[in-house]
Amino acid sequence: MFDYETLKLIWWVLICVLLIGFVITDGFDMGVGALLPVIGKTDEERRIMINTIAPHWEGNQVWLVLAAGAIFAAWPTVYATAFSGFYVAMMLTLFALFFRPVGFDYRSKMADTRWRTSWDWGIFIGSAIPPIIFGVAFANLLQGVPFTLDEFLRSSYQGGIIDLLNPFALLVGVFSLMLFVLQGSTWLQMKTEGALKERARKVSLIAAPVVCALFAIAGIWLAKGIDGYVLTSVIDTNGPSNPLLKTAVLQSGAWLTNYDTYPITMVAPALGLTFPLLAWFASKKDCNAAAFVSSSIAILGVLLTCAFSMFPFIMPSSLDPSASLTLWDAVSSEFTLNIMTIAAVIFLPLILLYTSWAYFKMFGRIGKAFMTKYKHSAY
Amino acid sequence: MDNIVDLSRFQFAMTAMYHFLFVPLTLGLAWILVIMESLYVMTNKEIYKDMTKFWGKLFGINFALGVTTGLTMEFQFGTNWAYYSHYVGDVFGAPLAIEGMMAFFLESTFVGLFFFGWDRLSKVQHLGATCLVAFGSSMSALWILVANAWMQNPVGAEFNYETMRMEMTSFADVVFNPVAQVKFVHTVASGYVAGAMFVLAISSYYLLKGRDIAFAKRSFAIAAAFGIAGILCTIVLGDESGYEVGDVQKAKLAAIESEWDTQEAPASFTLIGFPNQEEQRTDYAVKIPYALGIIATRSLDEEVTGLKDLLAEHEVRIRNGMVAYGLLNKLRNGDKTPENIAAFDASKIDLGYGLLLKKYTDNVTDATDEQIKMAVDDSIPSVAPMFWSFRIMVGSGIFMLFVFLFAFYQSARNRIGENKLFSRICLYSLPLPWIAIEAGWFVAEYGRQPWAIAEILPTHMGVSTLSIDQLMFSIISIAAFYTVILAIEMFLMFRFARLGPSSLKTGKYHFEQLENKQG
Repeated sequence: MFDYETLKLIWWVLICVLLIGFVITDGFDMGVGALLPVIGKTDEERRIMINTIAPHWEGNQVWLVLAAGAIFAAWPTVYATAFSGFYVAMMLTLFALFFRPVGFDYRSKMADTRWRTSWDWGIFIGSAIPPIIFGVAFANLLQGVPFTLDEFLRSSYQGGIIDLLNPFALLVGVFSLMLFVLQGSTWLQMKTEGALKERARKVSLIAAPVVCALFAIAGIWLAKGIDGYVLTSVIDTNGPSNPLLKTAVLQSGAWLTNYDTYPITMVAPALGLTFPLLAWFASKKDCNAAAFVSSSIAILGVLLTCAFSMFPFIMPSSLDPSASLTLWDAVSSEFTLNIMTIAAVIFLPLILLYTSWAYFKMFGRIGKAFMTKYKHSAY
Repeated sequence: MDNIVDLSRFQFAMTAMYHFLFVPLTLGLAWILVIMESLYVMTNKEIYKDMTKFWGKLFGINFALGVTTGLTMEFQFGTNWAYYSHYVGDVFGAPLAIEGMMAFFLESTFVGLFFFGWDRLSKVQHLGATCLVAFGSSMSALWILVANAWMQNPVGAEFNYETMRMEMTSFADVVFNPVAQVKFVHTVASGYVAGAMFVLAISSYYLLKGRDIAFAKRSFAIAAAFGIAGILCTIVLGDESGYEVGDVQKAKLAAIESEWDTQEAPASFTLIGFPNQEEQRTDYAVKIPYALGIIATRSLDEEVTGLKDLLAEHEVRIRNGMVAYGLLNKLRNGDKTPENIAAFDASKIDLGYGLLLKKYTDNVTDATDEQIKMAVDDSIPSVAPMFWSFRIMVGSGIFMLFVFLFAFYQSARNRIGENKLFSRICLYSLPLPWIAIEAGWFVAEYGRQPWAIAEILPTHMGVSTLSIDQLMFSIISIAAFYTVILAIEMFLMFRFARLGPSSLKTGKYHFEQLENKQG
């Protein structure tokens, strides 16, 4: 159908799409969960918050599951190297993610206050920890990861968990959490009413400028203080996928080269900087849907900035830059990518269709009246 | 290194078996909800809506843990089996990704509408949502089992020395793998049995307590009918026909039967006995003539290969695998002459057998006769655990067949609940599907040893480069998390099962009626 080179590009785009889909959709679920103890003053308010996402969060989480599955299928070497390299971080993410499915479903099953408070904290952990770890992980990808590949392409990670938590990574971790919080608070603006909505709006008004500022700081830090990677040999983009067939080096300012070569890519950081401000403006004007859309576009800009800066790298190796994984040489075979492309062409539009239908059917704000009516069946 | 392998295997076995405590009930109960809600849509009787909602509540409690523990499974190939993921991700990853796109997305999106869409969707739309949850969960099982079947019988793929991994050559072969076909029917039907037994047992509890009789009888009848279909599919279209293809499947069958020597056709079936691995024989065997030959080959003239013959074949393949490994090294060192490539292509089918020696000598090609002997001994699973767990599975299955037959007979005669003893038997049969299913998975996966991917990648090669500390951290944390959430899940399950439909707060059922009377 397509040649190998095109297929590799398609899958780079698709995995970006899946990750962006995850942060936009499950992002507001996690944002709501992270805000649960912050702006949910009473049990009823917390229930309202949870019920704004209750019908959707399960489907939204599949963006993450699917992104991981697609990385396994399309970038097996990346899946193997990243998941085993970031072992402890991955396990912590996993443990945090344990809290949400049980928390959402079990919280309302008992009226006991201690029971519900415990689950509130569980949901908070499950919603606030993953965004921080995702931010830390992406920051580490930008800085290069200390791994090596042996001649059998067996990867070994040589660093410790503490190395992951360097200042830049922590900054990006906080930034990531704020991005999710902005997404969650703009969602709540749209879906709730009264005092709760006002509190959500206040959170948006604080989170939006913070997101913008942290994005700018991280961008400047990345440009001035963090060395990027460049290829020093020609990669046969149609050739067999083996990361050891090329060479690469660390070079200062290398993460900016794509913006020089393709000025159009400057759109991504521009979106990342301006749309948090638009989200702030929309929140100020009480245009709730516009705030949510702006926040979503900000997410798009932020993730694309990360992708464009690193292109064609996915996971650079700080110990052996030539073993870095790129979208040309850490991928599946042409045959498999073809099969997967066909599957994606069929199923992704279907997914978008029925997901939109589900949102359409559950459209509308949720308030006290809703909680009274569905006291026994809602979360 | 050995410890890393053992700990990784332990963690995987623990999390996989735990995950599969919840999957079967999701698979089966989802379709039972479809049946109940269809009755509601057709008859317009509120009681069927209440049934859908009540069993749906229990479905939700179970579903939450299915999702939670499923996340672990998806992370774990990468975190703990990184070399495996690199080596076979090109083939194994695709069905998992397609599962996400085609099935899990569908199931997860519509499960939200199932719980929260009662007043937002029309009756038929809501039934549609319930159907899509059930369809999605069964489709999800299909793709996962396609991936799993490929581990048992890896068809449609070839080793590529340039990328140092297996690569897919035929998607159709992977999807229509005969092992995948039977595994899908067998596993999904066993999930339907679990769903049916769950409803049957809990309904029997209400019957014994004399509460909510109309509700319980209707649930019982649906469970009995669905259960009989499920258990017949599980048994008749069972797994055994999958044991014809592939060397590892043959070894599994021989181990299940503790069949050391190839018997003349048709082979007799060892009903019971004591496998003795060291002496390579079965002590005190009680045999049924012809039975194994008929079950395994569906014929009277085909042989079932015994373990001793399989071991002899494996030695030949291991020695050939050493040659393949030597040639692979030449190719990797740049010696890509056409002769070398041709010779490697001719022998690469046994490369996996050569890799079995990696446990004893890193260089493979210099293995001594003694090391080869050890690798040959490794090449079949331990017989006794296979032999016994298979019998536990089959025994539970046959017992459940009788339970469902009698339950079905009772509902046909409109005598549900009249026989107290039988109601009690139904109630206490509740754990049987889970016992059978876990034993069955043990047979399937332990029987695959020493391979991660049959004849291609030994289990000990598949692990990630991790430290003992990292593994201890993850095993202890997961075990702690899982224990706590299982306790909470069981607590809620028991609580709501005891409470019954009164938990819907419609005011129509036992406990609320009781309150009304007293009030």
